[in-house]
Amino acid sequence: MIYEVFRQERKGQPLQHAGSVEAANDHFADVYAREQYGRRGESTALWIVPRSAVIAIDEFVDELNRNYHRVDGYPLKEKLKEARERAGTAAAHGDR
Amino acid sequence: MNEQEFLEYVQSGGQVETADWMPDDYRAKLIKFIEMHGNSELMGVLPEREWILRAPTLQRKLALTAKVQDEVGHSQLIYRVVEDLGKPREQCLDDLISGKAKFHNVFHYPTKTWGDVGVIAWLVDAAAIISQKALLKCSYAPYARIMKKICWEESFHILHGRDVILTLMNGTDDQRELVQESLNRWWGPLMQFHGNPIAKEEDPMYIWRIKSQGNEEARQQFLDGYVPQIWELGLTVPDQKLRKNDEGLWEYSEPDWDELKSVVTGHGPRSQERLDLRRRARESSAWVRNVVLADAA
Repeated sequence: MIYEVFRQERKGQPLQHAGSVEAANDHFADVYAREQYGRRGESTALWIVPRSAVIAIDEFVDELNRNYHRVDGYPLKEKLKEARERAGTAAAHGDR
Repeated sequence: MNEQEFLEYVQSGGQVETADWMPDDYRAKLIKFIEMHGNSELMGVLPEREWILRAPTLQRKLALTAKVQDEVGHSQLIYRVVEDLGKPREQCLDDLISGKAKFHNVFHYPTKTWGDVGVIAWLVDAAAIISQKALLKCSYAPYARIMKKICWEESFHILHGRDVILTLMNGTDDQRELVQESLNRWWGPLMQFHGNPIAKEEDPMYIWRIKSQGNEEARQQFLDGYVPQIWELGLTVPDQKLRKNDEGLWEYSEPDWDELKSVVTGHGPRSQERLDLRRRARESSAWVRNVVLADAA
């Protein structure tokens, strides 16, 4: 069985993918992961997850173009320029 | 994506993950290259293993044992990458002990003295780390990621090797002679280590950006980094032609490429003996694998 290993380098940091180990069962996966990713004190925690339990997503289709979730959904520059012109303060700001 | 687009993608710095589409030739080249790396880590412990029982102090014995464990661990990590590309570890080991697959030239030679242990850990590992650092930019991302951990551990080995050498150099005349004699024997294989000076544009491993530098580039980097370190200890590099020219490039006697070819195809002084040992170890430990796998099923 293949297990994916995640390790935390220091307390408070996120657990990040470190690699994988192949093991006959959970017990051996525990032993191998400790040896491979923890024996030099380089980790404060490990997560060992059977690869079959990982649900992988790598496509993010945005059919409805929901740009209100994103920075590019708020084009302020043009509107600000217009508003400043309306207020008569455009000269003080240059084109910023 | 077609093969041409893929090629352009990796050549412009793009990286590939296991589940991504890749051309068959790219996958085949990756497997061949990474498998040889895994084999070398596994076979590379055998020359050093011979000195575990003869290490001069308990501290050295422990350090050497730890290095051997590191290298075997590297082979496990690397074989995992090969497995995800489609070649099972058992098959890699079969091909290794049957002589079908290769491993690095430097691991086909005998370790005659404790000086060899120092030279291997210092200079062989230094040559290896130059190749491995260049793999941090490998177009195949899972391999590049694992290389980070491997390089980190290799840097300990160089430290260990330098410490062994410095201790000997600060010792008696006999000890200094031991190091010089060892360097004389290892220099040839070290100069062959990075391979023939094929132009990188013609090297398929560079074309696919599996490697990020050419063979000669790596050798120059090795010479630049380590020749001054060798000289400053009062050691002599056994090559009359070795010098740094006005353009900053190292000139040296042509390495013996016939020797390299003969050695890596299994005709080195210790090739068969070490493969035999690996074969016997695999047979005698088969029952452990059987018990564990039967128990897990």
